[in-house]
Amino acid sequence: MNALLATVRRDILLALRRKSEVLTAVFFFVIVTSLFPLGIGPEPLLLKKIAPGILWVAALLATLLGLPRLFAADHVDGTLEQMALSPSPLGLLVAGKILAHWLLCGLPLVLLAPVLGLQFDLDASALGILTLALLLGTPLLSLIGAIGAALTLGVRGGGVLLALLVLPLYIPALIFGAGAVEAHIAGLDVGGHLSLLAAMLVLAAFFAPWATTAALRVALE
Amino acid sequence: MLKVSGLACSRGERRLFADVGFTLGTGEWLHVQGANGAGKTSLMRLLVGLSPADAGDIRWRGEPTPSVEFRRDLIYLGHHAAVKEDLTPLENLRLSAALDGIGLDERAALAALIRLGLRGREDLPVRVLSAGQKRRVLLARLLTRPAALWVLDEAFNALDVGAVKLLGELIAEHLAAGGMAVLTSHQPLPVPGGKALVL
Amino acid sequence: MGNHGRFEGCIGVRQSIIHWFRFASPQSFYPLAGRMIPWFWAAAAISGIAGLWISFFVAPTDAQQGEGYRIIFVHVPASWMSMFIYLVMAFWAGLGLALNTRVSAMMAQALAPTGALMAALSLLTGAFWGKPMWGAWWVWDARLTSELILFFLYLGFMALQAAIDDPRRADKAGAILALVGVVNIPIIYFSVKWWNTLHQGSTINLTKAPSMAQTMLWGMLLMAFAFWMYSIAVALTRVRAIILERERHTEWVKHAVE
Repeated sequence: MNALLATVRRDILLALRRKSEVLTAVFFFVIVTSLFPLGIGPEPLLLKKIAPGILWVAALLATLLGLPRLFAADHVDGTLEQMALSPSPLGLLVAGKILAHWLLCGLPLVLLAPVLGLQFDLDASALGILTLALLLGTPLLSLIGAIGAALTLGVRGGGVLLALLVLPLYIPALIFGAGAVEAHIAGLDVGGHLSLLAAMLVLAAFFAPWATTAALRVALE
Repeated sequence: MLKVSGLACSRGERRLFADVGFTLGTGEWLHVQGANGAGKTSLMRLLVGLSPADAGDIRWRGEPTPSVEFRRDLIYLGHHAAVKEDLTPLENLRLSAALDGIGLDERAALAALIRLGLRGREDLPVRVLSAGQKRRVLLARLLTRPAALWVLDEAFNALDVGAVKLLGELIAEHLAAGGMAVLTSHQPLPVPGGKALVL
Repeated sequence: MGNHGRFEGCIGVRQSIIHWFRFASPQSFYPLAGRMIPWFWAAAAISGIAGLWISFFVAPTDAQQGEGYRIIFVHVPASWMSMFIYLVMAFWAGLGLALNTRVSAMMAQALAPTGALMAALSLLTGAFWGKPMWGAWWVWDARLTSELILFFLYLGFMALQAAIDDPRRADKAGAILALVGVVNIPIIYFSVKWWNTLHQGSTINLTKAPSMAQTMLWGMLLMAFAFWMYSIAVALTRVRAIILERERHTEWVKHAVE
């Protein structure tokens, strides 16, 4: 467990020394969501209707933006090799890296989403559901994305390939995440959506670090 | 004790080596020699368990590798610098120890850096250091992480005369304390004794 | 190596059952596959012709949907195959990962294009069926959407394998991806279905023909069998090509090609 926390601390320290990389994803999220009203028109009813989908798709793409770097830097400078040979289980170190990725990339999106939701005329309770859904959904995106990042590590055209591999796997998170907010706006119960998101998160938290570790070992061979 | 037998490796279609075997006891070291492309680095990666062998058996204290015990006893330093450019030497050393699950206080880390001639550099980002100094940051790990088996791939590259001598001393101390080492290098090494393996 | 070469010509089918594990080696699998392929092609052709004849000439015209419904005789078997092939592919890939048998990984690689073809065929015929029935080439029907995602998963698998140069690494990475996909397919399917019911999509169901006549069922089953045989024949042909390419430097391939 100490090794996991050490990895989180290390990755956050590294990100703080190079802030621009974290901020890129956040700005991307802000800009993409702000572009939609410009492309579609300022009609409040329409914007309110499509807001959950837009915010979720933008969060998905913003997460994707940072994924290629998740293991790439450690791979290039040889630290990943050292992690693979460390007495600490690689799975634990990988879980730490995924957690750090979420703290650096997912959590800012969760915190920003309510502010951006105001652009789309969402009311307070809808914003609350949106934040809650993203809080459950963005770790899921980091976990699944890590598998893709490990599989495409050091591969030609890795970034585009990563999108091709990961985006189809993001669909359930998108459906239930955006669905929760839509259902709430329509006056329906959102408990089912959120519990399914939570269930998927638990499942991914068990399997994704394991699959990612296997993929990293293959990439290091 | 490290016992290797019948090791074979191929890259793509090309067979690099076959039937490589050796044993290392306490205080012994092995000098792996060979021309460029002979498979020295591949052998090292096989040895530490980064890549699987086509055939063969590697045993550490009688148990098949890679195991957690083996990784606890092993330090592998490869071609890569394996240090973070944005962190200071001190942070690099302490964080890599933490990742390995070893507590390392600042005094011990500082002492290791000073022994490697990095006094006054411990709080600069590694980015501003020279290639040789980066290498020394990595080598400091040999002092802070207790391990019985050192696998050093081209560890003497990019080092100046003083550092070569120092690394030679470190290895000699390690062997005198009952450690083992596997080294690759093109040049003769400043370490007495040692078995030779030519690929 | 040389020893195996001598056996190559004389492995009988009986022996193959006893020493079945020996076919995990490319060298012995290659001639076996070669001998089986014509039979699968023949079975595919016969059942395909019979199936098409029943589905186009014998099966009655549907009261509601007219002649247009006949496209389901291609659509449904293609959809079945596209889903089933992914499972088989993941099975071989997983086996290759667990046991390190080279032929299993090659089987997975050989199955992927056929699976993608089936998914594409299913999407295409779905669109042709949808135009007269729903008045649109594409509707966000739960099944069509899942099929589209499955098609993406196939593309991802093939793209990943194509992007990695070292075949050993490509096999293992592809296997991990296929297994991740297999875990996700049911989740994706049910989420899409939930999404569809929530959004009150089209109410017509593509595969539930109001009451299926006996002859329709026969036509469907024959076509499904034909698709099976075709898929096996094509996959075996492709796996032979992959074996030759990967083992091109070995003695036995030089003999086999001569």
